[in-house]
Amino acid sequence: MATIVQGTPEAVAEPVDYLNVSHTWKSWLFTTDHKRIAVLYLISITLMFVLGGAAAVAFRINLLSPEGVFSAETYNRLFSMHGIIMVFFFLVPSIPATLANFLIPIMIGAKDLAFPRINLLSWYIYVVGALFAIYAVVRGGVDTGWTFYAPFSSTYSNSYVLAAAFGVFIAGFSSILTGLNFIVTVHKMRAPGMTWSRLPLFVWSNYATGLIQVLGTPVLAITMLLLAFERIAHVGIFDPNIGGDPILFQHLFWFYSHPAVYIMILPGMGVISEIISCFSRKRVFGYNFVAFSSMAIAVLSFVVWGHHMFITGESMYSSIAFSILSFLVAVPSAIKVFNWTATMYKGSISFDTPMLYAFGFIGLFTIGGLTGLFLATLATDVATHGTYFVVAHFHYVMVGGMVMAYMGGLHFWWPKITGRMYSEAWSKFSALLVFVGFNLTFFPQFILGYLGMPRRYHNYPPEFQTLNVLSTAGASVLGLGYLLPIIYFLHSLKYGARAGNNPWGAAGLEWQIQSPPTTFNFDETPVVTEEAYNYGPVEEIVG
Amino acid sequence: MAETIVPVGHEPVGHEPPPEVTHLRHHFATTEQQLDASMLGMWTFLITEVLFFGGMFTAYAVYRFMYPAAFASTSVYMDVWLGGINTAVLICSSLTMAMAVRSAQLSRERPLVLFLILTMIFGTIFLVIKYIEWHSKWVEHLVPGFNFQYNEAPQYTHHAQILFFLYFCMTGMHALHMIVGLGLLTYLLIQAIRKVFTAYYFTPVEMIGLYWHFVDIVWIFLFPLLYLIGYHHPK
Ligand SMILES: [Cu+2]
Repeated sequence: MATIVQGTPEAVAEPVDYLNVSHTWKSWLFTTDHKRIAVLYLISITLMFVLGGAAAVAFRINLLSPEGVFSAETYNRLFSMHGIIMVFFFLVPSIPATLANFLIPIMIGAKDLAFPRINLLSWYIYVVGALFAIYAVVRGGVDTGWTFYAPFSSTYSNSYVLAAAFGVFIAGFSSILTGLNFIVTVHKMRAPGMTWSRLPLFVWSNYATGLIQVLGTPVLAITMLLLAFERIAHVGIFDPNIGGDPILFQHLFWFYSHPAVYIMILPGMGVISEIISCFSRKRVFGYNFVAFSSMAIAVLSFVVWGHHMFITGESMYSSIAFSILSFLVAVPSAIKVFNWTATMYKGSISFDTPMLYAFGFIGLFTIGGLTGLFLATLATDVATHGTYFVVAHFHYVMVGGMVMAYMGGLHFWWPKITGRMYSEAWSKFSALLVFVGFNLTFFPQFILGYLGMPRRYHNYPPEFQTLNVLSTAGASVLGLGYLLPIIYFLHSLKYGARAGNNPWGAAGLEWQIQSPPTTFNFDETPVVTEEAYNYGPVEEIVG
Repeated sequence: MAETIVPVGHEPVGHEPPPEVTHLRHHFATTEQQLDASMLGMWTFLITEVLFFGGMFTAYAVYRFMYPAAFASTSVYMDVWLGGINTAVLICSSLTMAMAVRSAQLSRERPLVLFLILTMIFGTIFLVIKYIEWHSKWVEHLVPGFNFQYNEAPQYTHHAQILFFLYFCMTGMHALHMIVGLGLLTYLLIQAIRKVFTAYYFTPVEMIGLYWHFVDIVWIFLFPLLYLIGYHHPK
């Protein structure tokens, strides 16, 4: 039967799914199907990723030589646009708006998110925000860094701060709506039998992310608004000349932007739980601990923002408190890493591409997390603050962690999303490129930072050149590693083998339905009778 | 039919009306699930709003703590009477909004329309009074960024400017929410006149009701902070 289908695909009517149900532009732009909206998001954030990546390529070229290629001005704009685009227009929406948007309703046995039209609205809002950011780039960019620190951004910078800040402000609402939709969906849309303790950990981590999006993002919105008032009308709120307090800007900004780090990493942790469990053929070790560590991270993330301000005029006593609290947030993160490792112990491990990314995640996130503790320590932060050590640290978390998880998740669910398999050999090769390229790019930056090279300078003393050249070489490898998947993913859409419903033999509701799913996911609402990750004893699978 | 009282949650079992009446959307299993989801969504949105205003309240607290004397000097310009009347007006509008929600739940069409109109009238009165207050500030050159001059106590000019900015920012953001609320009420009114809302479907009335109460509560915090604390009579 299967061979007949493969031999003459034209002869057999393709089953209807969410992709082929309609092909018009309208059916995409006015869709309320969470899966189609996820695809729209996927395309949009990939474009923004390429744009942000291009800026990174440009400034890495600049750093090949100690004198630099570009002017200081141009260099400032390049790294600022890289940061703004990558943080607000790629990392924040990355997994929630694409994979989670696609998967959460399916994983909990629902036909759609609770508010399908709001879901579509969030994509449009995102696009408008992104257009503002692109406008800022086209007009000549922003030179404030992604943090928009006042009073430079509000008074002195003569770049396109308003357009970029407005883009960030608008995109924030798309993030809020996504989080709100997830919270309500997880509370109210679960299928019969899908209790909280049976939820896949991916759902738990995106639920926790939703909480942060809803609680944190509005503070960013009001901060950007105050900044805009200050810049347009010089009202004085962040202007130290008349008694305004720039430190207040930093407090408000980091009240969002530290938790935003967890908006960016928590969904990735959820992906890793799914992948590790599937490719180890085991239930995630300590399910409850992993689930509640997501919630603990969400809560603690709101009380550590001061660790960004140890050297910017914060009182010593707040610094001590923020330092201790920052150490605390490492505990739930460590719980996750230990439990993933324990999940693999005596598991039946296979080395498919998603699992390679998961391995990469565990190693790199651990390095990123532990170096975070160096920065949470008051004395070492004074020495390393504002150096490449910080740059390397957060890239190990954001790129080594989150982007790895995002890539792993894409490779894991691509057969479900598109119904096709990509090239196994190419995907493994590019996973290797990403891992090697990433480490080559960012490990030298730890050393550079330790040696005292400050971030955000377009030139540097000649003795730092070797490490900078290594870093740029790594960035080229990394760039190739990101480019290849774009090519073989697109190729697979047309030429990839049919994936079947469950190519990995994975547990979870999403693998029990058709690939790609139908518009309403399930013919009948499923009744859940078992816990998540019910893989059974390892021996049976192996035999 | 309109006079039949159907207590909420006690609809006759097995007699759920067709989707034209319940407005049940395809991805929900029951009307109860749909109502629950909508309400939770609204509460979540209001939490977002709390944090949004929270940023401004934080800024207010910080500057008040830093410059108490300048802040006290500005209270001369706050019209406690107009602010007080506005507080009363808003509390009345909250009452009529609550009555509107109850009318919708009981399928009482005419009272629903009446209470919605009353709520809109109170909301409009609030905005008119607010406009009068802002206008007098404009005349007295107290708008930061446009025409700010502080003759009351020149030594506090800079710090008073920050207070007045916060005043305009907070009351302006609040008024913007009122205007959005009036737009939503207009939508409700049109739907109510079309007799869309019944005991089987009153979700939008209840949601927008929550929003309206929230906007009122924001004012309940703004009024004492901006008008009453440090108040002393104008000379
Ligand atoms: Cu932080």
